[in-house]
Amino acid sequence: MPMSEQYVLETRNLVKEFKGFVAVDDVNLKIRQGDIHALIGPNGAGKTTVFNLLTKFLIPTRGRILFKGQDITAMKSAAIARKGVVRSFQISAVFPHMTALENIRIALQSFEGNSFSFWQSGNRLNKLNERAMELLDAVGLTRYANTTTVELAYGRKRALELATTLAMEPELLLLDEPTQGMGTEDVNRVVELVRKAAEGRTVLMVEHNLGVVSKLCDRITVLAQGAVLTEGDYETVSADPRVREVYMGTDASGERGATTTETEA
Amino acid sequence: MNETVKQTDIQKAILEQQQSEHRKKMILNGVLLVLLLVAPLVMYPVFLMKILCFALFAVAFNLLLGYTGLLSFGHAAFLATGGYTTGYLLSNVPGLSTELGILAGTLMATVLGFGFALLSIRRQGIYFAMVTLALAQLVFFFFVQSSFTGGEDGMQGIPRGELFGLIDLNDNLNLYYFILVVFLACYLLVQRTVGSPFGQVLNAIKQNEPRAISLGYNVNRYKILAFVISAALAGLAGSMKSVVFQLASLNDAHWHTSGEVILMTLVGGAGTLLGPVVGATFVVNVEYQLAQGPLRDWVDPILGGIFVLTVIAFRSGIVGEIQKFMRKNLS
Repeated sequence: MPMSEQYVLETRNLVKEFKGFVAVDDVNLKIRQGDIHALIGPNGAGKTTVFNLLTKFLIPTRGRILFKGQDITAMKSAAIARKGVVRSFQISAVFPHMTALENIRIALQSFEGNSFSFWQSGNRLNKLNERAMELLDAVGLTRYANTTTVELAYGRKRALELATTLAMEPELLLLDEPTQGMGTEDVNRVVELVRKAAEGRTVLMVEHNLGVVSKLCDRITVLAQGAVLTEGDYETVSADPRVREVYMGTDASGERGATTTETEA
Repeated sequence: MNETVKQTDIQKAILEQQQSEHRKKMILNGVLLVLLLVAPLVMYPVFLMKILCFALFAVAFNLLLGYTGLLSFGHAAFLATGGYTTGYLLSNVPGLSTELGILAGTLMATVLGFGFALLSIRRQGIYFAMVTLALAQLVFFFFVQSSFTGGEDGMQGIPRGELFGLIDLNDNLNLYYFILVVFLACYLLVQRTVGSPFGQVLNAIKQNEPRAISLGYNVNRYKILAFVISAALAGLAGSMKSVVFQLASLNDAHWHTSGEVILMTLVGGAGTLLGPVVGATFVVNVEYQLAQGPLRDWVDPILGGIFVLTVIAFRSGIVGEIQKFMRKNLS
């Protein structure tokens, strides 16, 4: 199929069943090259499960996953990451007892090919410092290079996580709620960071904050009860009465408009 | 422009800090080395060798618990396999020089460790501990049933033999310095491993395994290698122990021994290099002192009490707490 060329990632009839419960129901995603693509939907819609399937933290019950037209359904998590599909996590995923610099170095190290060399001096990794500092600089963490991560404020941890993910030079960046639990100021910073990070790559993000989605995303897929409800750009999706319905529970007369949905802690 | 200047400054500061920490460590290690060299002149060498063997056992165990985050409850199997293999060969192969017997015991434990790792590494947390315990119990059962181990009596009268066919190891001082050299080499190997690129990955796995996976690391392979190195060193400790005491007994294979090495590591400080050495020294001494006195029937409850106290109040262990104190007050 020549059409599939422009899609970085595709899922075909992706299904995940847990015992007696269908968490992801026949999902067909098509992520275009260069897009920032949002996956939204109410709690329990299966957004994070889709992420876990894409990165093989969960094994799909049925269906296929294609990355640049290549079937990666059978690949393992680590191999997918090295192919260029790198994810972040809902809970900030950092190595708490390493410094910010060391966090980034671990990501850079995975391309070095000496990670099994238990007889080599760790000083060999110092050559990664320069690139690591560049990445820290890009997210505004230069001052904290030598700070143990556990001591960083929440927003900075998320920035560090993003920098670590970027260190993998991903072609496709999967961000699981990058602004979760943040105040407005941090949210705006993350929006800028994601926008910068998205240059030259494709981003798929789960996001609750529809303000963020409206600012950032080229395309939106709405999930509800594990299935795709609708897809389109922000105007199309936000005008869709069914979307308002799943967000509001009943029909769309509530005063909490879809655009002001709160971030959840 | 300013930012780049700052970057190099910070990098320089980091390197300097690494160097100064390195220097402090070298001084401490030098002092300890001198102590270890003169110790047999004032203390009974066999007792010191017992401490060194258990210290190596705990150092090996700590590579998993302290640096990879894996709690193995089956390390007695490696200690015993090393001991029995070396004991059997030295007793039954005439003219075999001691170091080859020890090497064979170590290899046997290494192979066994690889088997254990393949069967257990996919399990997490308590399930991993239980699988290693179950496998170690199978090994224990094998040793109980086999005639070559001497059953409850143990394998007795293992000849110490000669090192490289030259140096008589029946001389306690000769044996002590041989064991000291092996111990130091292993300690340095673990130190190197922990600081190596491989050690960095282990550290990452310990702190956040899903994240390590998402950064492209096939974590099970790293865990398997760590497990095999740990099993090899534990086997080496057992091999040397059987030469020191000229005895390999079922005690070494018993789950009680697996528990004891956990105790040594936690009391001394898991995740510190010196911790398991201090912990082993402490536990062996407490056992010895108590066995001499009126409290000889209370060894286990007292050690149990120490264990509880450590877990509740001194979670970083002796060395860990000292490090914390120094960092707080001297930096």
